[in-house]
Amino acid sequence: MASQYKTSAANRIWRTTANHLASGLAILSTILVIAPLVAIFIYLLYKGASSLNLAFFTQIPKPVGENGGGMANAIVGSGILLIISSLLGVPIGIAAGIFLAEFGRGTRLANMVRFTADVLNGVPSIVMGIAVYSLIVLPQKHFSALAGGVALGIMMIPTITRTTEEMLLMVPNAVREAALGLGVPNWRSVLSITLRTASPGVITGCMLAFARIAGETAPLIFTVLGNQFWSVNLDQPIAALPLQIYVYAISPYDEWHRLAWAGALVLIVLIVVSVSLVRYVTTRGVLKGAS
Amino acid sequence: MNLKIQEPKELGSPETMAPVDGVVSVATPPPQTSEIRKYLLGRGSSSVADSGFRWLMLLCAVSIFGIVALIATELILRSNLSINKFGLAFFFKQAWDPVNGDYGALPFIFGTLVSSIVALIIAVPLAVGVAVFLTEMCPKVLRGPLSFLTELLAAIPSVVYGLWAVFVLVPLLREDINPFLMKTLGWTGLFAGPNFGLGLLAAGVILAIMILPIISSLTREVMTAVPHTQREAVLALGATRWEMIRMGVLRNARIGIVGAVILGLGRALGETMAVTMVIGSRPEISHSLLALGHSMASVIANEFSEASDDLYRSALIEIGLALFIVTIIVNAFARLLVWAVTRGAPARAS
Amino acid sequence: MGVGIEVKSLNAWYGSNHTLQDINLHIPANQATALIGPSGCGKSTFVRCLNRMHETNPIGKVTGTVRMGDTDVYGDASPVEIRRRVGMVFQRPNPFPTMSIYDNVASGLRLNGFRNRRVLDEVVERSLISAALWDEVKADLKKKSGASLSGGQQQRLCIARALAVDPEVLLMDEPASALDPVSTAKIEDLIFQLKSQYTIVIVTHNMQQAARVAERTGFFLNGKLVEFDSTHKIFTNPGDKRTEDYITGRFG
Repeated sequence: MASQYKTSAANRIWRTTANHLASGLAILSTILVIAPLVAIFIYLLYKGASSLNLAFFTQIPKPVGENGGGMANAIVGSGILLIISSLLGVPIGIAAGIFLAEFGRGTRLANMVRFTADVLNGVPSIVMGIAVYSLIVLPQKHFSALAGGVALGIMMIPTITRTTEEMLLMVPNAVREAALGLGVPNWRSVLSITLRTASPGVITGCMLAFARIAGETAPLIFTVLGNQFWSVNLDQPIAALPLQIYVYAISPYDEWHRLAWAGALVLIVLIVVSVSLVRYVTTRGVLKGAS
Repeated sequence: MNLKIQEPKELGSPETMAPVDGVVSVATPPPQTSEIRKYLLGRGSSSVADSGFRWLMLLCAVSIFGIVALIATELILRSNLSINKFGLAFFFKQAWDPVNGDYGALPFIFGTLVSSIVALIIAVPLAVGVAVFLTEMCPKVLRGPLSFLTELLAAIPSVVYGLWAVFVLVPLLREDINPFLMKTLGWTGLFAGPNFGLGLLAAGVILAIMILPIISSLTREVMTAVPHTQREAVLALGATRWEMIRMGVLRNARIGIVGAVILGLGRALGETMAVTMVIGSRPEISHSLLALGHSMASVIANEFSEASDDLYRSALIEIGLALFIVTIIVNAFARLLVWAVTRGAPARAS
Repeated sequence: MGVGIEVKSLNAWYGSNHTLQDINLHIPANQATALIGPSGCGKSTFVRCLNRMHETNPIGKVTGTVRMGDTDVYGDASPVEIRRRVGMVFQRPNPFPTMSIYDNVASGLRLNGFRNRRVLDEVVERSLISAALWDEVKADLKKKSGASLSGGQQQRLCIARALAVDPEVLLMDEPASALDPVSTAKIEDLIFQLKSQYTIVIVTHNMQQAARVAERTGFFLNGKLVEFDSTHKIFTNPGDKRTEDYITGRFG
């Protein structure tokens, strides 16, 4: 089809134009994508910083109509939820990762587990919330921090499993062989040597999971309900930062909107720090010794 | 026998060779060695511990199946009431009447689909554009910071996006963008009716911003998976850079990009908080994107705490079940596509 | 003191690949035995069958008997128990990257539950002395990581680590092949010193090395043990033509 490969001047001009057009569009899209991000950050900083004060971190919300107050109980609540969910999600996630890397490498079962973990990752968090509501809240007949922790913990598992597996696979086989050759029991070798060598990466994987669930709201609606007062009782509703932000954001009170912005800023800062740390560790190769 | 090898200096019994200075020899084993040998010999076999450890790890891995099964079971169990009462017609009915106990999920399915499609229309070209820029055109210095920025975009929680959308995006739409759209594209019928700023379009826009990073980073992954030889072959034929990208890279990565898009769709379908805050919470079906609407996820978020009777709750949970099944199918399909292109290397769970 | 190893009718497979065919030999105690042969002849596989490392590969299979002293290696004892009595040094130095020098040497004991601090200190010092590494590292035993040493030092560290568990047999799979000539010489001297205490089996590509350090030498070819005799005889008057061809450089 010789006509397709005309090298006439017109054809060449068209192709060059198309090339420039494509470049321009690509650059334009990048700008269009980065712009809202920058806009969001700047706006958040602007609105949030002006609302942040010491009271935000130390006081609980004031009754409607009064000015001031803070989200101290929500921050503490989120911290408690993080601890509960880690107790559930981290061990199971790491163990599953260990299985995939050390015992199941290449097996069909491992492939299915990995696939299912990815699919579980994509399940909407609100569905997780409903499931835990049905599993824990309904039988217990009340909302609780525990239920929230369970929901968040389950959501951590796929992320931690995948990153643990990735990091363990990066440990060179020579290290495993050295341990085996010494007559170290396999379980000891996996934990004290292989996992230990991969630990910087595994820890950053956990941090990624923390960052993700720190901002999750939907599952909390059905499990912890939220709490306007101080509460560290695991068996009762508890306040949580993202939940509080949501409730305040949709409320009609300006004062609560101000608090919502401050809370959002705190959340964003925490997440940005985590993501940056993760990036630093994985790209700078601070994975010591995983030669 | 004549050997032509380079014979070592003192070819005799190795015992006659003298050791090099500085190497201290340990002639007789000190008492500790037999203590150590005794200790180690007494340690016994670790096969029980090893076996137990392996089973424990296996159990945790298999628990992932258990979790999915558990979620499915709970959802099916609790939506039983509604399933029995309304049957399959539930998904084609346009009713939502808690007072009289009549429920139909069509408005929410409509809202979810429309907002997701709008999101895809906006996000996919932009995401592919960014991916193309970052993989093929971007100066190396910028690549790190820019990809870091897109990663941050993915990490922002839904509720923060929602907050920003309510106070910045919605007024922007209401004051500037929607009137413009009504004036120029009003004839299509898509931009008609009262303009609140909230509505299906707002939901679509914020969803687009949220699914962009996923589609973009996965597209980048499949694009970088295309071997360099493909690019070089096209260039050698005298192609421009765009033609090289189009024929050498995008064509090969086609399947993976489709997978990335479907994954983005999966995320959009289940997105809750940001959508709830801007969609308007009205269970209606309209031809206008400016109309208020509702989505499957947002109706659950909105009304669950108010659901006073079992049937109400059951209907909501049935919507959740539908969401669960749909997102699982969509995600599984998408992962298969991406896997087919990147050959199953454990990709970062975005 | 080391023990002798008796191997009878040893066969090994990698999947369907019959890597070792009917090997029979006796490795004498408290001597160094060298195994030579061209690449792929099975000598590394053989050595890995002695401490049951071959079976750690999912497609590895072994039949036959190996007796280490009084023990049937493939009998009732578990692989872990066997490996505690046999030290192994690999081709590429592989110290544990996250551990200090001290921790590396002590790892064989510590990871088997040994706690006595005083004894550990002594064992570490003695092992490093035996491995001719003590003087170079005694200043920062606990501060320096195992991976920060040079290649030759790392390999001596691995030798110290293997010696710390007081094995009866020491297996060395081409221990100096990744090292420079000076480090190689140091390691050969080490083997010389050590063989009065341990039974040493060393796989090597370097025939001069075998001639320098070993009393007996075995020549492997294509999975079969062609000849096994005193080193002197193998290198001056080999009985098999294939052996003669190999050591005169006609192949391999």
